[in-house]
Amino acid sequence: MADISKQLTEQVIAARDGGHKLNIVGGGTKAFMGRAADPDAGTLSVGEHSGIVEYHPVELVLTVRAGTPLSEVEAALAEHGQALHFEPPRLGPNATMGGTLATNLSGPARPWTGSVRDQVLGVRLLNGKGEHLRFGGQVMKNVAGYDVSRLQAGAMGTLGVMTEISLKVMPKPAASMTLVQDMAMDEVIHYMNSRSAEPKPITGACWVDGKVYLRLSGAKSAVEATAQKWSGEVLEQGDEFWQQVQDLKHEFFAGNDVPLWRFSVGSTAATPQLDGHWFIDWAGAQRWYRGAGELSDMEPLARAAGGQVSLFRGGDRHGEVMHHQPEALKAIQRRVKNSFDPDNIFNPGRLYSWL
Amino acid sequence: MTTKPKVSKAELAEQFRSFIDPDYVITDSETMKPYECDGLSMYCEMPLLVVLPETVEQVQRVMRICNEHKVPVVARGAGTGLSAGAMPHKEGVVLSLAKFNRILEIDPLARTARLQPGVRNLAISEEAAQYGLYYGPDPSSQIACTIGGNVAENSGGVHCLKYGLTVHNLHSVEMVTAEGDVVTVGSDALDVCGMDLLALMTGSEGLLGVVTEVKVKLLPKPEVARVVMAGFDSVQNGGDAVGGVISHGIIPGGLEMMDSHAIVAADDFAKAGYPREAKALLLCEVDGTVEEVDEHIAQAEEVFRKFGATSVRTSESEEERALLWKGRKSAFPAVGRISPDYYCMDGTIPRRELANVLLRMEEMSEEFGLRVANVFHAGDGNLHPLILFDSNVPGEFERTEAFGSSILRLCVEVGGCITGEHGVGVEKIRQMAVQFNDDELQQFHDVKAAFDPAGILNPGKGVPALKFCQEYRSLEHKQHKHEPTEAAHG
Repeated sequence: MADISKQLTEQVIAARDGGHKLNIVGGGTKAFMGRAADPDAGTLSVGEHSGIVEYHPVELVLTVRAGTPLSEVEAALAEHGQALHFEPPRLGPNATMGGTLATNLSGPARPWTGSVRDQVLGVRLLNGKGEHLRFGGQVMKNVAGYDVSRLQAGAMGTLGVMTEISLKVMPKPAASMTLVQDMAMDEVIHYMNSRSAEPKPITGACWVDGKVYLRLSGAKSAVEATAQKWSGEVLEQGDEFWQQVQDLKHEFFAGNDVPLWRFSVGSTAATPQLDGHWFIDWAGAQRWYRGAGELSDMEPLARAAGGQVSLFRGGDRHGEVMHHQPEALKAIQRRVKNSFDPDNIFNPGRLYSWL
Repeated sequence: MTTKPKVSKAELAEQFRSFIDPDYVITDSETMKPYECDGLSMYCEMPLLVVLPETVEQVQRVMRICNEHKVPVVARGAGTGLSAGAMPHKEGVVLSLAKFNRILEIDPLARTARLQPGVRNLAISEEAAQYGLYYGPDPSSQIACTIGGNVAENSGGVHCLKYGLTVHNLHSVEMVTAEGDVVTVGSDALDVCGMDLLALMTGSEGLLGVVTEVKVKLLPKPEVARVVMAGFDSVQNGGDAVGGVISHGIIPGGLEMMDSHAIVAADDFAKAGYPREAKALLLCEVDGTVEEVDEHIAQAEEVFRKFGATSVRTSESEEERALLWKGRKSAFPAVGRISPDYYCMDGTIPRRELANVLLRMEEMSEEFGLRVANVFHAGDGNLHPLILFDSNVPGEFERTEAFGSSILRLCVEVGGCITGEHGVGVEKIRQMAVQFNDDELQQFHDVKAAFDPAGILNPGKGVPALKFCQEYRSLEHKQHKHEPTEAAHG
C-alpha cells in the first residue's frame, strides 16, 4: 500500500545511465508467459507500488497503482456491488492489475462485456527516459491525444512501466445461470455463434470434453425467461465452473508437460485439424489447444481461421512464442518501442526476439 | 516537420492523373471549395489540390508520391467532424475516401461487417437490420458521417456507456501507411499478439495512417427499448439521480440530460411535451429483453422519484419513445433557432462535478455576455455546452472562443478532459497544452514519427508543436484571468 513511483523512476534512470536492462515484475504470476526473461537484466519490482488511489462507485471509475493485487481490487468493488466485467484470470494470489493489462488477459465474459483493454481509461507510465507520464484519464470518454493507455495491452511491459491504471467498472449482474448439454465439437461453433446473435443476456459460451456451457447473466427475470426458452440442463455449480475457466484452473489446463497454445481466431472459423485436445471459449473466438508442435506449423492454421496463435505456456520459451508479424508492422512496432524506450531497457526480447 | 514542398502543384496533379481518373484530381478553386472545411466551418483553408482515388493501390501511390516530396496529406471522409480535423493544409493534398463507399460483406453468424471507409455509419445498421443486427456507436451525425472518419475520431454517441465507443466495436482496420505500405491491425479475432496498434490507430485523427478498410462488430438488436423522462427542479437533483440509477446496478442504453435553456428550445422545436419549468431533464433509455426492460424501468422510475423528480413519464409505445427522443435529437437545431449562430463544445467531466460545472458555466456566461445551453451525455460525463453568438457582431466569435476555452480549462480542472468525442483537430490544439505537459506531448510526437517519419499525415493537427505550448499556456492563463470582463465590455 505505498507509492514508490519515485523509487521506480530512480531505478529506471539508473538503468539507463548504467546501460542496464530491466525485467518488470509485479506479482510474478505471469513469468511463464512470453519469451524467457533476459537473464542479464535486473529486476524492477512493481509489486510494492500498490493500493487503490481513487474509487468512485457512482462514476463507475477505479484508479489503482499497477502493483495492486486483483484480489484487493475485486474485494473493494464487491463492497459496492460492482466488479471487473472482463473477469481477469487470477493466475495466483499475487496477480496484479498491471500484469493483467500488460498481458491483456480477460476471462470468459470477454466477447460480451469487453476485455481489460476495453475497460482501461488511462494509465501513468514511466518511459525509458525516466519520464513519468499520464495518458487518458478517469472519464469514460476522452479522445485527446493518442490512446497510449490501450496500446499497453499485450505489450508485455516493452513500452514502459505502468504505475497507475484507471478502469471502467460495472455493476455485478443481479443473477446468473449456466446451461450445459452434450455437443460434438464440429457442431458447437455454429451453435455458440447462433446463440450469441440472439438478443439475450449471454455472458459465457465454452466447450470442453463434449459439453457446451452457456452462461446467462443480468436481470433475474431475463435470465430465467431465457433459460426456459433455451435447451440444456441447469448446472448447479455454474459459478464454480466459470471461475475455473476464468482462472485457467479447469483440469484441461492442468500440468506443464504438454504445451498450451492459444488460438485467437474468428469466432465462426472451423477448428484446425490437430491431434491434441481443445477447449473452446469466447463462443469460438478463443481456442486453447494442448499438444506438441512448432509455432511455424500453427501459424498457417491460425491465419486460415482469421487470427493469430501464441505458445501460451510450456514448450520452447527461447524461440518465438507470439505469432509472426509482417515486415511493415515489425518496422512500426520497432519504432513505437523506440519512441518509448530508446535504450531498450524494458523487458528486452520478452514479446519478440526482435523487440 | 513539414517543409515547403519541392514539387509544384501542376507536377503533382500530372503525376496523380497518370493513375487516377483525371476528373478526380481536382485543382480548380471552384470545385475544391466544398473541401475547404469540415463541420467546424469557422476554420477554413484551401488545399493545394484534392484527389479521389478509387482503389487501395491508388491510395498507396498517392502516399508514396507525397511522402517522397514531403507533401502534406489530409484524409477526408464525409467532412462532418467538429474539430477541423479534416481542414485542408494549404500546401497539401486532400485525400477524399468518398469513392470507397461499399459494404463489402456482412456475416450474420459471426456478427461482423466488412466495410470500405466511406460507408456511412447509419448505412451499416440499415444493411444489418435484415439479420436482426446493428452497429453500436451512433454519433449524432450518423446519417452522414463515415466509418473511416469514425475510426479516425473514435466516435461515440448516445449509447456508448453501455455499448462502447468505436474502439470497442472494431475487429480490424486495413490502412495505408505514410510510406505507402498496406497493413492490417487487428484481425477477425478479439485480440492479436503484442501491443494494441488497433487502439492506437483509433482516434488518431488521420495522423498515423489512411484507413482503407474496416471490419466492425455487429450487435443483436435488443428486443425492446423504453425511455423514462424525468424532470427535476435542480441540476443537482438530476445529476444525483443519474448516480442513483447507476448505483442501482442499471446501465441504461442511453442517459441524456438537458438544462433549462435546452429543454425550452427543444420543446419549442419538437413539441415533445417536455416539462418546460424543469431545471434539468433526464432521458433514460433501457434496452434488452422484455423482462429485463420491465424490471429496470420500474426501478428507474422509483429511483427518479426518490431523488425528487418533479415529473416522470415512461414511453408506452415506439411512437412515444421516438417523440421523447425527438426533442433531444433536435436540441442542436432547436438551439440554432434561438440564436444566429452557436458553437458546440465537447468536454468530459466526472459526473459528480456536474452541478458545480454548470454553475460555474452560468457565471462565465454572465462574464462573457454570451448565453449557453447544455446537453449532456450524462451516463459517461460528456458535456456539450452550446454557446450562442452572432458572427455578424464584430468580436463576438473571438469572445465565444475564449468562453469555450475557459470551459475546457474548467473540465480539466475538475478532473475531466478537453474532448470526449469531437477530437482535437485544429480547434483544441491549444488546450492540449493544458491537459498534457511537454514530456507527454513529446511522447505523442515520437509515436507519430514511428508511423510517419516524414510528418506528412495531417500535420498541424492533434498535437501542438512544443515551441508554441509555453505561449499557449501563458495566453490561456491570461485569458482565463483577465479577458472575460474586458471582452464583455468591449
